[in-house]
Amino acid sequence: MTSQLAYKETFDCVQCGYCLPACPTYVSMGKERHSPRGRINLVQMAAEGKITIDEITESLELCLGCRACETACPTNVQYGKILESFKQVKRAGAPAPFMENMALQKALPNKKLLASMRASLRAYQKTGMDSIARKSKALSILPEQLRAFEEIAPAVEMPNKQLRTGILLPECEPKARVAFFTGCIMDVFFAKINDLSIKLLQHAGCEVTVIKEQTCCGALQNHSGDTGTSRKLAKENIAAFEKGNFDFVVNAIGGCGAMLVEYDHLLAEDPEWAERARVFAQKNKDVSVILNKLGINFSRELSGAVTYQPSCHLLNVQKVADDPVQLLESIPGITYVPLPKGDMCCGSAGIYNIVHYEESMEILDAKMEHVQKISPDTIVTSNPGCHLQMCLGVKREGLEEKVRVVHIIELLAEACGIDHK
Amino acid sequence: MITEQIVERLKSIMGSEKRILLEKADLVSYSYDGSFGAYIPEIILQPISAEETAGIVKLANELKIPVYPRGRGTSLSGGPLPVHGGMVLDFSRWTQKLIIDPEDTVAIVSPGVITADIDREAQRHGLMYPPDPSSSHVSTIGGNLAENAGGPRGLKYGVTKDYVLGLEIVTPEGKIIRTGGRTVKNVTGYDLTKLIVGSEGTLGIITEAILQLIPRPQATQTMMVIFDDIIDAGKAISAVLTSGILPSKMEIMDQASIQAVEEFQPIGLPTDVDAIILIELDGHPIAIRDESEQVKQVCLEVGAREAIIARDEESSGNLWKSRKLVSPAIVRKKPTKISEDATIPRSKIPEMFRRLQEIKAKYEIDLVVFGHAGDGNLHPNIITDKQDKEEMKRVEKAVEEIFTAAIELGGTLSGEHGIGTMKAPFMEMELGEAGLDMMKRMKKAWDPNNIMNPGKIFPETKGQRLVLVHD
Repeated sequence: MTSQLAYKETFDCVQCGYCLPACPTYVSMGKERHSPRGRINLVQMAAEGKITIDEITESLELCLGCRACETACPTNVQYGKILESFKQVKRAGAPAPFMENMALQKALPNKKLLASMRASLRAYQKTGMDSIARKSKALSILPEQLRAFEEIAPAVEMPNKQLRTGILLPECEPKARVAFFTGCIMDVFFAKINDLSIKLLQHAGCEVTVIKEQTCCGALQNHSGDTGTSRKLAKENIAAFEKGNFDFVVNAIGGCGAMLVEYDHLLAEDPEWAERARVFAQKNKDVSVILNKLGINFSRELSGAVTYQPSCHLLNVQKVADDPVQLLESIPGITYVPLPKGDMCCGSAGIYNIVHYEESMEILDAKMEHVQKISPDTIVTSNPGCHLQMCLGVKREGLEEKVRVVHIIELLAEACGIDHK
Repeated sequence: MITEQIVERLKSIMGSEKRILLEKADLVSYSYDGSFGAYIPEIILQPISAEETAGIVKLANELKIPVYPRGRGTSLSGGPLPVHGGMVLDFSRWTQKLIIDPEDTVAIVSPGVITADIDREAQRHGLMYPPDPSSSHVSTIGGNLAENAGGPRGLKYGVTKDYVLGLEIVTPEGKIIRTGGRTVKNVTGYDLTKLIVGSEGTLGIITEAILQLIPRPQATQTMMVIFDDIIDAGKAISAVLTSGILPSKMEIMDQASIQAVEEFQPIGLPTDVDAIILIELDGHPIAIRDESEQVKQVCLEVGAREAIIARDEESSGNLWKSRKLVSPAIVRKKPTKISEDATIPRSKIPEMFRRLQEIKAKYEIDLVVFGHAGDGNLHPNIITDKQDKEEMKRVEKAVEEIFTAAIELGGTLSGEHGIGTMKAPFMEMELGEAGLDMMKRMKKAWDPNNIMNPGKIFPETKGQRLVLVHD
């Protein structure tokens, strides 16, 4: 079983320790075993049979998977691959709980189910049930972590159906043909951001298509070691997007985008799919990259100090660092203030903040200390998970009245006078 | 053996049990550093005060348990490796004290503070902490002090020891003493400060340091000098350094490292050359403008093909980036990098280049030369694969020959990495029997029970050899 660990890859680590200051769990927990170098060594030792999988589990499971260590690494260690191999081995030894399997294998890729979840959540918020439930303390039966997130859940909007059918024409001279990747959770909780992204792409000169056959990207399944489900979903997506002759496949979700650009790694061993995956992976771009490349015209002046908390997977896996910042700096009226240690994960990390709530909150509190130093009016994010986590951070600091959290798309749309309706 | 009783006693010494690590996943995580070999300790303690440290050491001395102090484990010489088991003292969590006193121009720091943070804080007061090892954004000042670390700026500004005014240390018998103070001049008694700095944790544990800061230069100017023959590059270094100008950095990259960088991330370095030297001058903006022209002329006179003065910050940034990319670029070929730091007198740089070329050919190894050429601290790096045992045997021989060459040319085994385990076998070659014996006697006087970082600096058996892979 341990023969499936990415043993060979561990030898790329020269143990220089340059990853240590980049690792949020090493910084917050202060132990070598919670550092990337420590984890790589543990996987190597497990592969050599010198330590058991159980003995290394706590260390590996407390990894956020933010992959900031890969950006810091001077010798290009494929940490993501090493971590995933552990998750796969762990899963083979002890399958994930039934509910987790249900959620990841069945619910996320199921559009109807997600649509009905969205509808119920919306009804819950619209009818004011949420505030009644909070006031009556009915929610106090939920564990602390779920309660925390219920309180910051965004107002759910239905996706604009007109934007999800047919080919949407650009507003100006056509510059590119793009397909839009909506994501599964994104289109439940943040359909509005998808809508605005599509409109902004049109505004920038893109012909946009939302392909119906697209499905969940498979990132969460892959992070939990269920590579099988991820591969299946990857193939479905590749086949779906191959149908149109698109220049780019665009998304507004740092985490999903990271999975999509790594489909080539995911399917590298599959001769039928490897080349198709490579072509698909190259076409995938974050919406900020396309908008920055094509250029957008602002029509409104905004105001205030704006900072940016990048999505780790946008930064460290997709390697998109400059485009969002350049876009923000170009918005008229605002002052862009870099966030100290902005390249550190906020502790959201998929479902980490629910599974490892306490550890996540320690990381978040450290993040908020940096936010307090620059006291911004607006925090910009580029991924739904980070977005919710930053909302929670703002709430924990009691800053709800002073600081708003927005997706970069919301701010750009505002400055372009683009409305969601 | 660390018994339950001992653990109980340690619990009463440590302020928090959370800083006592006993799980197997922890033990194996402190078995390595940035060099070679892995040795599993029996317990890890993470002290954050002199009292805790003294308590632990006192107990260890009483029970004769080896004590291995450690920072963030970036050592390239094996300094923190717990070669005889026992206790690892991890000081990386003791980051609490970092005080800059601009009037006395000193910094007062606890051992876990990250080196680069000291310089960053000093900068806010227009001051500088010059020692800049490549790992300064990771390494602790405690580790830098123990190993007497250096970096590119060593050429002009010296190394860690040149900036230490005073120390607080825990002796091997568990006493807390202070050496030196916070004045530049201090000749009271033996200079224990200088003795402790660079003693690699074998004579005591540094729990606080008072560091000298200096005024920060106003500006820097970078230039790149291109050579068709690396031997000429060696001559140029000597010529520049005798021209009345002292650059802050002079870094060399040989053809193999330039090509590796260009294949990895094209930056636009010339690849049809034998070597380039990157030079940085610092000081008053008008002065360095004038000096860079002079340096250019001097280099061209000794046969440089071209000398290009960077126009702006972006182009100098690009040049220094290329230097930083050498490490990641060269390990793409093979994963294991053995970074040596044998150092020779400046005048012998061309001769050392020649010797290295011979060694490379003789043992058929991938040897790349880059590093702090200006101070004779060349970094011959051998790129290999530690899983390839046959090649590693050749590498061991090549490393031995590099050390021999350095000593024959009047140099030293280590310029900045320390002796640790890696270079212990060669100590007698450099110091002679009597020289080494004097050092051993000092060690015995300080640490009669040999509990402080045993197995380092001194060869443990007569005729000990360098071993990189065990059969």
